[in-house]
Amino acid sequence: MIYLKTAEDMELMRAASSLCSRTLGEVAKWIAPGVTTKKLDTIAREYICDNGGTPACLGYGGFPGTLCIEVNETVVHGFPSSYALREGDIVGTDCVVELNGFHGDSCYTFPVGEVSESVMSLLCATKESLYKGIEAAQSGRRIGDIANAVQTYCERRGYSVVREMCGHGIGRKMHEDPEVPNYGRRGIGAVLRNGMCIAIEPMINLGSKNIVISDNGWECRTRDRKPSAHFEHTIAMIDDRPEILTTFYYIEQEMRRNGYGEALIAAGPEQPLPAGEAESGVSDAEADA
Amino acid sequence: MAKQAAIEIDGVILEALSNAMFKVELENGHEITAHISGKMRMHYIKILPGDKVRVEMSPYDLSKGRISFRYK
Repeated sequence: MIYLKTAEDMELMRAASSLCSRTLGEVAKWIAPGVTTKKLDTIAREYICDNGGTPACLGYGGFPGTLCIEVNETVVHGFPSSYALREGDIVGTDCVVELNGFHGDSCYTFPVGEVSESVMSLLCATKESLYKGIEAAQSGRRIGDIANAVQTYCERRGYSVVREMCGHGIGRKMHEDPEVPNYGRRGIGAVLRNGMCIAIEPMINLGSKNIVISDNGWECRTRDRKPSAHFEHTIAMIDDRPEILTTFYYIEQEMRRNGYGEALIAAGPEQPLPAGEAESGVSDAEADA
Repeated sequence: MAKQAAIEIDGVILEALSNAMFKVELENGHEITAHISGKMRMHYIKILPGDKVRVEMSPYDLSKGRISFRYK
């Protein structure tokens, strides 16, 4: 059943999504070779709890982390571990935050140090396909239109779309109806209406689309062990148009500061200044100095 | 966190059970029980052992499915 959100619910969704975006911004400060994925997870958990939220992935069906850490060939749902990031890796961090009863869900795939050109193109294309999908989300159109937009954008560039995993509705529960696949025909699926909140998350592989689910029942990796990228935004249908509730602004601010991933920042549209954010956002590090 | 989607897999009918249920062997080797979908019932589409069919499965129960299409 698809739950529609009232204007008050939407305010709470905005708050949860904003916290999710800022959490990923905090994680972005720490992406560098040598950092363990467990450290990233701890940083996210502390940031969420310090800001009054609850990490929604922790304990969800037994998931042991705050973030889903997706290194290279891991597509989704990777566990945080003592693996230390290496130069040339890509690491996807999927964060879900619960704040005041509502959820915000976002994901960004970071390049660690210098990555190869083909991998950087994959990241840029996946990020752009997310925005193509969001563009297709207009009132009166259908889930299939979003799915088709993502699929055609990626497959035209020679990448493949993961079939087994999909986006989802979001609100009081992390996963709600409808399912938002990243492949499909236009004109099928649920009709998009004002009040719907969905998380669109393209998962795109450099090689073939086949994935393998590991024995722990969670981690999915590409069967050919080629890298996979994953970006996600939570959007709300308001006034017949999609409003992007989460933002990559904080992430990309940190990436600019630390000087990595310029090509990825340039891909896709400019991240708008979040409401209430001053032009020069003071980070915790600067405040301490 | 991504959600696991309902998946469509192809398979071959192994045997017919009662009540329009069938034992299907999927492409990945798994053997499941699947029932014929209402739309196929409505149009009187017959399924016999040996037919290649498309099965819809939920990620929550991987032993049951719904047969949604019979290939020529």
